[in-house]
Amino acid sequence: MTSVLESLNGALRRALEEDPRVLLLGEDIVDPYGGAFKVTRGLSSAFPGRVLATPVSEAGMMGVAAGMALRGFRPVVEVMFGDFLTLMADQIINHASKLGWMYAGAVSLPLVVRAPMGGRRGYGPTHSQSLEKHFLGVPGLTVLAAAPLPIGAGDPGSLLHAAIRADQPVLFVEHKLLYPLALWDGDRLAELDFTPAGADAYRLSLRAAPAPALTIAAYGYMAELAREAIVRLAYEREIFCELVIFTRLSPFDPQPLLESVRRTRRLLSVEEGTRSLGWGAGVLAAAAEGGLPLLAARRLAALDLPVPASPALEKAVLPDVDAIIQAAQKMV
Amino acid sequence: MNESLYRTMYLIRRFEETVLAEFARGAFSGTTHTYLGQEADAAGVLAHLSPDDLVVSNHRCHGHFLAYGGDPRSLFAELMGKASGVCGGRGGSQHLHWRNFYSNGILGGTLPLAVGMALAEKRKGSGAVTFAFLGDGALGEGAVYEALNFASLWSAPILFVLEHNHWAQTTPTHLALAGTMTGRFAAFGITARELNTSDVLVIHAAAAELISQVRVEGAPRALIIETERFGPHSKGDDPRPSEELERLRRERDPLAIHAPRLPAEARKAIEGEVDAVIHAAFQQALADPSPDAAALTPAIMP
Repeated sequence: MTSVLESLNGALRRALEEDPRVLLLGEDIVDPYGGAFKVTRGLSSAFPGRVLATPVSEAGMMGVAAGMALRGFRPVVEVMFGDFLTLMADQIINHASKLGWMYAGAVSLPLVVRAPMGGRRGYGPTHSQSLEKHFLGVPGLTVLAAAPLPIGAGDPGSLLHAAIRADQPVLFVEHKLLYPLALWDGDRLAELDFTPAGADAYRLSLRAAPAPALTIAAYGYMAELAREAIVRLAYEREIFCELVIFTRLSPFDPQPLLESVRRTRRLLSVEEGTRSLGWGAGVLAAAAEGGLPLLAARRLAALDLPVPASPALEKAVLPDVDAIIQAAQKMV
Repeated sequence: MNESLYRTMYLIRRFEETVLAEFARGAFSGTTHTYLGQEADAAGVLAHLSPDDLVVSNHRCHGHFLAYGGDPRSLFAELMGKASGVCGGRGGSQHLHWRNFYSNGILGGTLPLAVGMALAEKRKGSGAVTFAFLGDGALGEGAVYEALNFASLWSAPILFVLEHNHWAQTTPTHLALAGTMTGRFAAFGITARELNTSDVLVIHAAAAELISQVRVEGAPRALIIETERFGPHSKGDDPRPSEELERLRRERDPLAIHAPRLPAEARKAIEGEVDAVIHAAFQQALADPSPDAAALTPAIMP
């Protein structure tokens, strides 16, 4: 059994082993601490001089990494909390993502920013957000999101490893609650059909079940919650759903979604970021523009509020399995 | 050396004068920031470039680009949005890249990149140093100080060239800056040399010393040059009275300061040659075709 954390750590180790141009930068990422969420644990010991503890200086480290990328290295930056991406936003949007195209393709920027996102740990309004929606649609920036998908079929380590080998900047979103989860394996997928749907998406539905009446689109940790939800919906309510999981959020390829919704004619998007003008809005717009005869479409997301620290309030703000089930029930 | 410095400064002067004049006639689009009055900075500092060295520049980058050896025709064409431009018309006046020259129009944000580039060269052992230009206006940006910290902490082989022209667009420095400029570098343990001159030889000599320290020690240095901008920030935004500008041109013109050091004939020969280069470059750029909009390729086609 492999956890998401082990998968990511293994990918970083493999990338460092394979390519001397790979460097890691971030706050508190060296041993013995090994990073706030331990994703880099052991790596500074195994690769001396290539895992660089930075000052608390997000814009600086992002710019330094981009400069290194411009001059032949392949840096992987860890931002301690995804919330701090705001401090890097100028470097990401006005520099790293732009230079390749702006300089007429004469430079490449192989660079990954790993961002632990999300709430449900009571960290409060500035350490619990899912800010990726603000980086979707930035030309030149690829946004990927880890999910606990099976080894060889979208697993977080392979996704990260491919991102490090890519020649353009990648924002790599890791929901904090994913780290201890086991990757989906035979046990977890026992009653489910899991298949790739294009290059960056996957389809999950109940095996030998009636045709699904609803497509649920999700990414990241919400894919884990949606997996639980579709099983319960089937067994408890006899509502059969197809889950489409995206590992690449931007640029957004809607084909896997359209293929599914064409059959189900109902679409529910679920995300942990705030609801207004977010990922789900883009997903529903793609379905609407796809000319499909939609019977129902809904977005499930966080309430448009900061993420509260109080467990009772946080639970009310962020969507959970029950919320997915309730939303699905209203649509079928 | 006197002749090559004069040629560089005269080339920049004629280029920028052409830009302002032809902007008014509609040859260019968008915006621009000319280097008029500051020619000695780029000429004096970049005379010390080795072939592998890097230059990171800002919005006021034409002078740096031309002193680096950039082609005036490509630069004219870039300002016109032509296919033959430095970046095929994608960047415009403040976004240039050619060989090891990089500019971006985000003030201060270029410095962390410059430090990262310098550190990359150090890691590779290439021996290249990075010249990073900034203006006094950029001192308001936090990214500058993060970059200085990284540069000193990790010993980046970089020379920061701070061109203090007294104005951030239309805001005088005294309304924008507390403390001192040297103090800013000193706070990070970076030795800074401060000049108040438009004499290219003075700048050349100071830069020589600092660059050699950067090369030998593999550590950052800073050169602060108090200079004078003769033109507007951009095209028509200059609150200074014309008497003040006339005085500056009388007292602080780097070309007038340096010209007497050249034999009159040599100077005239340089001016004639450069005038012809600029004229031809402008005419060629003007005749060049626009880029093909049909060739634009977004990641996902709508």
